[in-house]
Amino acid sequence: MGDFANAVVQGVMVGGLYAMFAIGLALIFGVMKLVNIAHGDLIVLAAYIGLVATQTFALNPLVALIVVIPIMALVGYALQRGLFNRTMGADLMPPLLVSFGLSVIMQNGFLALFSADNKRLHAGALEVASIKLTDAISIGVLPLMQLVLAILVIAALQALLYRTAIGRAFRAVSDDPRVAQLMGLDNKHVFGLAMALSLAIVGLAGVLLAIRANFDPATGPTRLIFGFEAVIIGGLSSFWGTLAGGVILGVVQSVASTIDPGLQVLAGHVAFLIVLALRPHGLFGRPT
Amino acid sequence: MAIDKGVAGVTRRRVVQGLGVAVAAPAYIGRAYAAKTIKLGFISPETGPIAAFGSADGFIVDEIRKTIGAGLDIGGKKVPVEILVRDSQSNPSRAAELAAELITKDKVDLMLASSTSDTTLPVADQCELNGVPCLSTDTPWQPWFFGRGGQPGKGFDWTYHFFWGADQVVTTFTGLWSSIETNKQVGGVWSNDPDGVALSDMAHGLPPGFLKAGFKYTDMGLFTPLSNDFSAQIAKLKAANCDIVTGVFLPPDFATFWAQCAQQGYKPKAATIAKALLFPASIEAIGDRGIGLSSEEWWSPNHPFKSGLTGQSAAELCAAFTKSTAKQWVQPIGFKHALLEVALDILKRTKNLEDPKSIVEAMAATNYQSIVGPVNFKTGPINNVSATPLVGGQWVKGKDFKYDILIANNSAYPDIKTVKKFEPIAY
Repeated sequence: MGDFANAVVQGVMVGGLYAMFAIGLALIFGVMKLVNIAHGDLIVLAAYIGLVATQTFALNPLVALIVVIPIMALVGYALQRGLFNRTMGADLMPPLLVSFGLSVIMQNGFLALFSADNKRLHAGALEVASIKLTDAISIGVLPLMQLVLAILVIAALQALLYRTAIGRAFRAVSDDPRVAQLMGLDNKHVFGLAMALSLAIVGLAGVLLAIRANFDPATGPTRLIFGFEAVIIGGLSSFWGTLAGGVILGVVQSVASTIDPGLQVLAGHVAFLIVLALRPHGLFGRPT
Repeated sequence: MAIDKGVAGVTRRRVVQGLGVAVAAPAYIGRAYAAKTIKLGFISPETGPIAAFGSADGFIVDEIRKTIGAGLDIGGKKVPVEILVRDSQSNPSRAAELAAELITKDKVDLMLASSTSDTTLPVADQCELNGVPCLSTDTPWQPWFFGRGGQPGKGFDWTYHFFWGADQVVTTFTGLWSSIETNKQVGGVWSNDPDGVALSDMAHGLPPGFLKAGFKYTDMGLFTPLSNDFSAQIAKLKAANCDIVTGVFLPPDFATFWAQCAQQGYKPKAATIAKALLFPASIEAIGDRGIGLSSEEWWSPNHPFKSGLTGQSAAELCAAFTKSTAKQWVQPIGFKHALLEVALDILKRTKNLEDPKSIVEAMAATNYQSIVGPVNFKTGPINNVSATPLVGGQWVKGKDFKYDILIANNSAYPDIKTVKKFEPIAY
């Protein structure tokens, strides 16, 4: 029983990690129906920017977020205005393919710049700090922080979307880009802002991932797959759904691995397929 | 080079023209033995997830090219040797494709493959199929031999391999553990890839060796590489009271595992992990919590061997690497150098370089002192294989670099001296 409880608790923590990967994806898909294959590589980009920042200024990685988040936001805006906007249209494929190409270019760029070596951001005692609940259950402070931050980011996004003018603009271009443009919105600028916001969240996710686990130029895609699954389980455009999707995925994997570690990843994929079969639009998504 | 200096009265243009004729000559005079360029195919991962294994390639190949210069002395003649380097991108299908291309398009005379089963297996298979001599290294020999359906006593016609094997890992690991005070409980955590599956096998892998050496063993099963969560395995390790944890990990997985061990309060006395702890970068990623971790050690600057080609000692080769790249030495340096020097030794002993069979004959007869130790396919543990020495190493705080791996056990090869005493991990 202790084992099972521990598995559920640890699974929820991993869910926080998956949700963090997934929020930016869900935002971009929600606003402009763009499936960003390069999302994982952008997370790795944030990690490398964090690495350079911590090394040049001798900063704690959490302090380095002050540098990483604005840089990523700028990268996002530039990327959208300079690249993705040129490919947007009725067809979903061109931007998807461009993001795929971007992913390949970024991985090779990292390899040329930073070599294949494994890197990690060092956050001292925080890396291994934990809270002991019972003899069988200890919660790592870092995973807990990640979960809490994921919840805070989602709450902030919800407030932004439903309480502010820019949020209204996001929703408007999402619902009908042509009408939004007629109403005086500059869609290209709105898309740019959405990508900037998405990559600001990626900045946070990247730095947290880099404290928690090693990264190298090829890390992006393998880490991203769970982000994608979390988004789809949760329902494509629901942020709270994304969190729920991440937690479901984490718990299923964790419980399965107490039975046999070999089942861990498989169980996650099976859970994903079951949700897809029973509720194709996800647990919290609107049928379209 | 003599041509650069020139002879009085000969202009540069004339020399270049002359060179052009010399290069074109073989086409006119047919298959002239002395002028034919020998082509070596060299396949290794330079990009992708296992690129760290190929990180010394550029340096080593450059050095060897310099040593060969205008040609290799074979039977009193200078024979030009060309090394065609190809990047497998860490992908087995890509490696097979490149091998096929090198065989059919470039018509290489001898294929060289290195760095994990993902490279050596597909390349060796292509060569066996096409009847091209192939020499490989840097993959434990059991996956290389049995993974390709090799039959003891029969072996292969075209492909040869030198590296250490699982039996040496058992001797080394148990040697390390026996030298400290533990409860002899070993827990095994294994990556679900060809190396992890082969080494965790309850019949042919490492566990039966652990049992034979008097340790008690609990299997924690196979996990999928690049896992985010090891809490289930850690709970089991704690429940089984394992003083010793071992297994096969990729570096990022071990880093995640080791951080979670600390979070969950699991503190083994020894963590002896294959594959994950070979490179200094992996320890730097873990930080000071990496001190005291132990691993198999294939090669180091403290190994007492010399290159048969350049006469450099292991320490000298490492120093040259650091001087040229400003990076700390890594274990593949020795094996990449050895692969090329053994290849050149084979060419020197080949009776008829035109005939692939003659190259294979020379390869089979290899008895060579390389920078990684003796290579001899006649005395190997199994057909087509020569086992190179393996020792056990432990990571310590370094002098010239952040962390260093020092030889802590030589049970599997007493001729290599230990440099430090094996110690339990300090918390």
